Amino acid sequence: MSFSVTEPTKGTKWFAGILVVAYACITLVPLLWIVATGFKSPVDSIAYPPVVVFEPTLEGYVNLFTDRTRATEDMLEAAGPPTTWYDEIARERGTVISGPSRYGQRFLNSVIIGFGSTALCMILGTMAAYAFSRFKVPLKDDLLFFILSTRMMPPIAVAIPIFLMFRNLGLNDTHLGMILLYTAVNLSLSVWLLKGFIDEIPVEYEEAALIDGYTRFQAFYKVVLPQAATGIASTAIFCLIFAWNEYAFAVLLTSGTAQTAPPFIPTIIGTSGKDWPAVAAGATIFLVPVMVFTILLRKHLLRGITFGAVRK
Amino acid sequence: MTYSPIDRAAAKTPDGVARRIRGLSDRTIAWIFVAPTIFLLLAVNIFPLIWTIRLSFTNFRVNRPNNAVEWVGLRNYERILTDPDVWNTMQATAHFLIWTITLQVLIGFTLAYLINKKFRGNDLWTTIIVFPMMLSPAVVGNFWTFLYQPQIGLFNYVVAFFTGVDPASFSMIGDVHLAPWAIVIADTWMWTPFVMLICLAGLRSIPDSIYEAAECDRASKWRQFWTITIPMALPFLMLAVLFRGIENFKMFDLVVQLTGGGPGNTTTLTSIDLKREAFEKWRTGYSSAYAVILFVTVFGLASIYVKALNKVKER
Repeated sequence: MSFSVTEPTKGTKWFAGILVVAYACITLVPLLWIVATGFKSPVDSIAYPPVVVFEPTLEGYVNLFTDRTRATEDMLEAAGPPTTWYDEIARERGTVISGPSRYGQRFLNSVIIGFGSTALCMILGTMAAYAFSRFKVPLKDDLLFFILSTRMMPPIAVAIPIFLMFRNLGLNDTHLGMILLYTAVNLSLSVWLLKGFIDEIPVEYEEAALIDGYTRFQAFYKVVLPQAATGIASTAIFCLIFAWNEYAFAVLLTSGTAQTAPPFIPTIIGTSGKDWPAVAAGATIFLVPVMVFTILLRKHLLRGITFGAVRK
Repeated sequence: MTYSPIDRAAAKTPDGVARRIRGLSDRTIAWIFVAPTIFLLLAVNIFPLIWTIRLSFTNFRVNRPNNAVEWVGLRNYERILTDPDVWNTMQATAHFLIWTITLQVLIGFTLAYLINKKFRGNDLWTTIIVFPMMLSPAVVGNFWTFLYQPQIGLFNYVVAFFTGVDPASFSMIGDVHLAPWAIVIADTWMWTPFVMLICLAGLRSIPDSIYEAAECDRASKWRQFWTITIPMALPFLMLAVLFRGIENFKMFDLVVQLTGGGPGNTTTLTSIDLKREAFEKWRTGYSSAYAVILFVTVFGLASIYVKALNKVKER
């Protein structure tokens, strides 16, 4: 067995491990609570002491995706027996489903705006990052710093003129407006991250390709892009997560057609008091994809959150 | 044989154009690649900023477009800087900043130090700890109001369980003294992993050989910690503080969902106050001046800090 003075002892490892696992478990409680509340009945969700073991129900999810109206006995009879399982859940509460809620559409908006802005951001970002990495761009450092500094502005501070500008251009509450806005917000991140990734690809590959008769564009497309694929993918996921989570601009600039899920979820209310299972169900559907992406990203997390300033 | 889209595009391009594209100098290509990014940033960031600065010298109100817009010079700035309410929000922001950063650095660094002991499965647990910071602050903040409910909330239950106080006797969000701490707790829960990740990178960047040399010199573990670990991880720690400082100075989504700035004005951070002035009271000119002041403050403090950071790095 090899011996190293810097290798912690077995006891130290156990001690450190137990403390870290304990912290992880505590930090997970609020998240598990969100998921669990989504499957509780309204009564269970506000029980005291809080219940950990309960009979799971999909009522929260049904309430999230539907609008319901309170029905009298006569109305219930006139409507006939429930035809679907979600109808049945609504009937048990003395309500009938009157139609789908707006959640589905808000979620779809998040998907459209998130993916749209990410795609645009990656196209512009890769091009700019390649140029900054490979060519002598005049004022390069100043331009790069300018790109980064756009991120320091409080969103509310630029929201006033953006609000005025969008209103004049008819971009208020539109998908296109939000896509352009989030693209601009995320560009600093994508340019800085991608520049780091492209810097790591040896220039010799491209030089060899150029000597073989490739044009600059071909060398960029056929040599650099495939090499940077992992970097581009993880940068894309970061942009997607930021656009997905963004709240300040969304709440100020959208109200209807282009409203995303983050401003919508807190406005979900039930027929009597706040419908916490429905809120939790909406939050669960919205948060779980991000957790999956976090697991995919784990190797590049550090780079992403520090704009490439720290690399492992 | 397969053709990539670019091959097909190349085949269809007329000879003359193709020759011209092939003949583009690197300098031209560089500009073609950089221009769209710069253009978009100018349009969505710089143009609005200049507009904000212009508006800040006027009494313009968005909700009264027919009123004559007058130049008022520096009056908006004067009013903001002499307004005691603004200074109160600055104080609330300072309280929030100081406590979140202190707690996050202490807990984050400790966690990173423990994880760096390389116990089995440390990668898995690191990923789990990171979850909160990747989630939507608005959605999570909204749910924390549920955890903070007196009587039924999980947070109150846990506090009651360990201390024996009545869970209905205190309200984290409704109490003037507790609300500032409610937002500190939620933010610390959410962003400690951020500091942890950066500290971990710092600790992992220290070469083993330095510790081996210290062992040879019979330096105690305690001494090694203060003379090797801390100084070498310091630039990383400072970077984490910079990022958290800028982010929390801009803090809006988490806190607005948690407390909405209340009760009273106890948790009205500057961003929340600015939003009220701009989008609820519609004092556009006044709030533009407010925005400029905030931006100058962040930018000024950040550049001073970066200078200090570079000095530490050079050591």
